[in-house]
Amino acid sequence: MSTPADAPPAGPRPQARVTPVQGVRQSLTLAWRTIVQVRHNPWELGDFSIQPIMFVLLFTFMFGGAIMGDWRAYLTFMLPGVIVMNMLFVSLYVGQGLNTDLTKGVFDRLRSLPLARWAPLAGRILADQVKQAWSIVLVLGVGMILGFRVGTGIVGLLAAVALLLIFALAFSWVAVVVGLLAPDPERVQIYGMTALFPLTFVSNIFVPVQTLPGWLRELVGVNPVSVLADASRGLMVTGVQAGPIVVSLIWAVGITVVFAPLAAWVFKQRV
Amino acid sequence: MTTAPVDEREPTMNHAIRTEGLVKRFGTTTALDGVNFAVETGTVLGLLGPNGAGKTTVVRVLSTLLRPDAGCATVGGYDVVRDAHRVRQLIGLTGQYAATDESLTGLENLLLIGRLLGTSRARARSRAHQLLTQFGLSDAADRPTKTYSGGMRRRLDLAASLVGHPSMLYLDEPTTGLDPRARTELWALIRELVAGGVTVLLTTQYLDEADALADDIVVIDHGRVIATGTPDELKARLGSRRLVVRPEDESQLPLVTSVVGDLAGHTPDVDGQRVTVPVTDPAVLPAVVRRLDDSGVEVTELVLRSSSLDEVFLSLTGRPAEDAERSASEEMLP
Ligand SMILES: Nc1ncnc2c1ncn2[C@@H]1O[C@H](COP(=O)(O)OP(=O)(O)O)[C@@H](O)[C@H]1O
Ligand SMILES: [Mg+2]
Repeated sequence: MSTPADAPPAGPRPQARVTPVQGVRQSLTLAWRTIVQVRHNPWELGDFSIQPIMFVLLFTFMFGGAIMGDWRAYLTFMLPGVIVMNMLFVSLYVGQGLNTDLTKGVFDRLRSLPLARWAPLAGRILADQVKQAWSIVLVLGVGMILGFRVGTGIVGLLAAVALLLIFALAFSWVAVVVGLLAPDPERVQIYGMTALFPLTFVSNIFVPVQTLPGWLRELVGVNPVSVLADASRGLMVTGVQAGPIVVSLIWAVGITVVFAPLAAWVFKQRV
Repeated sequence: MTTAPVDEREPTMNHAIRTEGLVKRFGTTTALDGVNFAVETGTVLGLLGPNGAGKTTVVRVLSTLLRPDAGCATVGGYDVVRDAHRVRQLIGLTGQYAATDESLTGLENLLLIGRLLGTSRARARSRAHQLLTQFGLSDAADRPTKTYSGGMRRRLDLAASLVGHPSMLYLDEPTTGLDPRARTELWALIRELVAGGVTVLLTTQYLDEADALADDIVVIDHGRVIATGTPDELKARLGSRRLVVRPEDESQLPLVTSVVGDLAGHTPDVDGQRVTVPVTDPAVLPAVVRRLDDSGVEVTELVLRSSSLDEVFLSLTGRPAEDAERSASEEMLP
């Protein structure tokens, strides 16, 4: 029998299992897919990033003067926090994309292919990190146009981005759980936004904690969003503060430890 | 298959797919209640049944997407649970709902699968173009699939399941929701694939589709196999067509019933003034015409038409298919 040029690479006997290297390659291919989606529809990123950018503009000029007496000082204070907020919103993509795949049957197709079981999810989360990096650049760029200056130098900035990406990776598991539980992609966004607005507003992103009543100050203080915002401010503006960085990393580990197994369990229930 | 494991080689030599006592429950619904069938290598099996019969559940078990609660299934000699990864290398799945990524173009969808299967970029590209040409989608290759018509999506979905040159192909209701023209086109494509030696498991709600494409038919209802055979055997058993006669004079109904019943060899149904009987031999029609004419019976209606799935189900189960559908959906309620 002659073999056409496009004959399957599979040998006569199918492989018993997928190797980790194959799994990594499959995840990268699936991540490529998500990036191609963005290329086709670049404004999709705007859906989530438009809000944080709008907040940068609104808060800087509307409340900046009132809160800090000077909008430039306020911009410097607020922008690292807005980047944190944006990161949380963008991680909803993982859940939304996953939900779209589940409801459209794409996930069934992927699961019927000889892929590593973890590749579809890993591919999603991986691609999300690229989106994260892109949206950090976006918000930072708008801030810089308005006059935000990094006070700690390039190393501090890169460290801040790294910390944000580590946290985003952990938070992706929360998005995965939401994506698995929601009946359709629109609902992922609604559930996600409903949870993220209070989480980001009851934090120190927009207002210094000194202005708050005691009980609220306590609450804002324990909110991981505040901790991460403090860490980012330190790394980008005021100088490294070890405390918030360590606590942020502990939160990232904690979120992963709780939500990754939960995601795996919900996943088993749904498919 | 030469790739079958030694211990299972004997019984699976000629069977590309085999299921034994498959049971699957969803809560209180028993979707599969002991399903047994086998598909010979290189043939098309039509899994025929009404909505809710369990067709998709069978396909999902055979595609390693669902674990059966009891029983077992082998594909190419490999167990779908224990050797799932090997099974996945043999199969192509075209699900009931087109499963393409709507934000990618047709070409990108096929490239993605080629790359996921580990082919080089160049080979994935040439395979994708080859399939797009074969399925008449070349012109739409660079358009996002959300702009595709229903028929185009189905064709792309089918193409996607063929990227890896599967030796078994599952088609879950491939033509449901398509207009007659798109349906005929898809039938032609499926016939081409079968000529290329692929083993096909096709599910359908249409008797004529199973008749047109399948070598063997398994009729399922409520998760049980209720009939098996070649299309001809089933048609012979069930009557592939119905003869309908309506006499002008109501008082002649008993006479017509006896004539028709006598010639068709089945007891006719009498529904109002209509006498209906399943027939297998087309020669029954002229014979009936002659006998009625000899007896001086005037008829206002005399037709020979194809049996609907309903009628097939009525013959097999003693109740119409709609009942099966209704009771299946009732069972879904808590
Ligand atoms: N994931 C599920 N959860 C609950 N019930 C299900 C699920 N999938 C199928 N069923 C039920 O199992 C039965 C068989 O369904 P299915 O295999 O989809 O039938 P068909 O494909 O023949 O229409 C139906 O009663 C259906 O409601
Ligand atoms: Mg179905």
